Amino acid sequence: MKVAVCVKQIPDPAVPGELDPSTNTLNRDDKLILDESDSFGVELALQLVEAAGGGSVTLVSMAPRSEVSGLRTALAMGADDAVLVSDDALAGTDALGTAKVLGAALGRVEPDLILAGVESSDGYTGTVPEQIAGVMGIASVTFAKKIEASDGMLSIQRQTDDGYDEVTCPMPALVSVTGGVVEPRYPSFKGIMAAKKKPVDQVGIADLGIDASAVGFAGSRQETVAVVDAEAREAGEIVIDEGEGFQRIADFLAELKVI
Amino acid sequence: MIDESDLQEILASVRRFVRERVVPLEQEIDETDAIPEAIRQTAKDMGLFGFALPEEHGGLGLNMEQETRLVMELGYTSPAVRSMFGTNNGIAGHVLMLGGDDEQKAEWLPRIASGEAVASFALTEPEAGSDPADLTSTATQDGDEWVLNGTKRYITNAPLADVFLVFARTDPTAKGAKGISCFIVPRDTAGVEVGPKDQKMGQFGAWTADVYLNDARVPASSLVGGDAGLHRGYYTAMGCLAHGRVHIAAMCVGLAGRLVDESVTYAKERMQGGKPIAGFQLVQGLIADSQTDYLAGRSIVLEVARSFDAGTDQKLGPSCAKYFASEMVSRVADNAVQVHGGAGYMRGVPVERMYRDARLFRIYEGTSQIQQVIIARQLLGDAARA
Repeated sequence: MKVAVCVKQIPDPAVPGELDPSTNTLNRDDKLILDESDSFGVELALQLVEAAGGGSVTLVSMAPRSEVSGLRTALAMGADDAVLVSDDALAGTDALGTAKVLGAALGRVEPDLILAGVESSDGYTGTVPEQIAGVMGIASVTFAKKIEASDGMLSIQRQTDDGYDEVTCPMPALVSVTGGVVEPRYPSFKGIMAAKKKPVDQVGIADLGIDASAVGFAGSRQETVAVVDAEAREAGEIVIDEGEGFQRIADFLAELKVI
Repeated sequence: MIDESDLQEILASVRRFVRERVVPLEQEIDETDAIPEAIRQTAKDMGLFGFALPEEHGGLGLNMEQETRLVMELGYTSPAVRSMFGTNNGIAGHVLMLGGDDEQKAEWLPRIASGEAVASFALTEPEAGSDPADLTSTATQDGDEWVLNGTKRYITNAPLADVFLVFARTDPTAKGAKGISCFIVPRDTAGVEVGPKDQKMGQFGAWTADVYLNDARVPASSLVGGDAGLHRGYYTAMGCLAHGRVHIAAMCVGLAGRLVDESVTYAKERMQGGKPIAGFQLVQGLIADSQTDYLAGRSIVLEVARSFDAGTDQKLGPSCAKYFASEMVSRVADNAVQVHGGAGYMRGVPVERMYRDARLFRIYEGTSQIQQVIIARQLLGDAARA
């Protein structure tokens, strides 16, 4: 079974981020790391290939400056190889442009299954996976919490507010994976040492047949026109328990749709 | 030795494992006196049983400085977790690394490095602790076998061990350090018995027990180092302990860092008289002392580790580092309890547990007093024995 996983390399969330005031985009000059929300897809891919008794896991990523630090982490977890699209012309690319680029890169891999996180931890558009499926003309299932594959078909538990749906779909398909549904393995020491030797196919947009005018700031249909500070958090509501506190808690949790 | 970029990745992986997986289970480990199986399995999968063993035998081949940096990450949480693979990486595994012949290394080190086999270092005896040269266990040659007799005490990981590295007197006429050899003794050897696990003050989850040898017979090939290893056991043990002392010193530094973090967090959150206790200068003094002690400990360990790697000092420095760092973490633990006030004396509060855990560091791998003697003798030479 051949599984591809879309992984994003993002600025370290532990370090305060900066915006470029001229473009209102995130400064990505420092080392980038694997987006934790993509580690769930990597883990699921490794488990699927193990369950299938063989196959490969290929990472596909788009990042500036030929950045591979985050890819190394996922390769250390056990992925076999990676395709990295890096090109100066890609700076400022919007979600749809990113989907076109990743779709073209995934086309070179020809996987049976593509996994992606629901949304990245730095951009949060939550649209790229479905746009990739649209660009590639394949089926897409969102919010997967469990995936099984057999005989060219996928059986997926798709998380909903009330529980989950059971969905089946033929491969090839793209599935977005809900965060936290599996416990990503910690890279082993030997995996870390081996990761440096695993192949990373570095390509530019010309290799993918993409015109520079279709991507980057020039091709972007999306523009961040202004950035304002989020509203400061307000003090919470203090409820004094006069015998009905439990009900207030239950009502509050119901309002949040937690219960 | 591995390159710095690989080490950075390894440290990041261990840091995440420690802080995401182990720290939330510390109290459970303390209360149940057991390491959860999932933690043991993850440690195996990651390679934590063999990071200080050579690459050619399945380890990671870290040098001393790299090892201390990794151990400082492990020291941030329950010492029992480090202890689980501490004998494999440390004193027991190093007996074979330093003293074993090629066949012995090939047979045992890959299994020890992977965690498939747990190895224990059986040196201490009821009447030979700080000075192992007084040990009385015996090994007598009988044809092509050795017959071992004696009692070993406080043997770390004995209840779990698959193999013991047993030190015994092979020349009854020799005094002190001379005439001691080391043997590879599989646990299932007839005549080997492990006593009930000891009831300790702290470091719950790390098990120790007595090991009894009653006419335990092992083949001649079990003599560590073969014929060349005969009567060399004490010197091998001392080499292992010097390495182990730097390792334990790094553990102390890791725990001191955690204690400072706990103290800082608590001082900022704990309100007294309408303001955080962080605002009281005498509390600030405790925290400042602890941070200074922590940094001093970190510095001495890294400096000693570098000299160890350079081969310029593998005896004096390790004792200085172990002596300072173990006393240091005891002071820092005491300060942390003090910052926490009454809460610091309560079960369930991390610093209470760490205070108990820290106490052992001044005792095992050579007490503080033994370190003082080693340091003084190195400096004073024969004058110290006058």
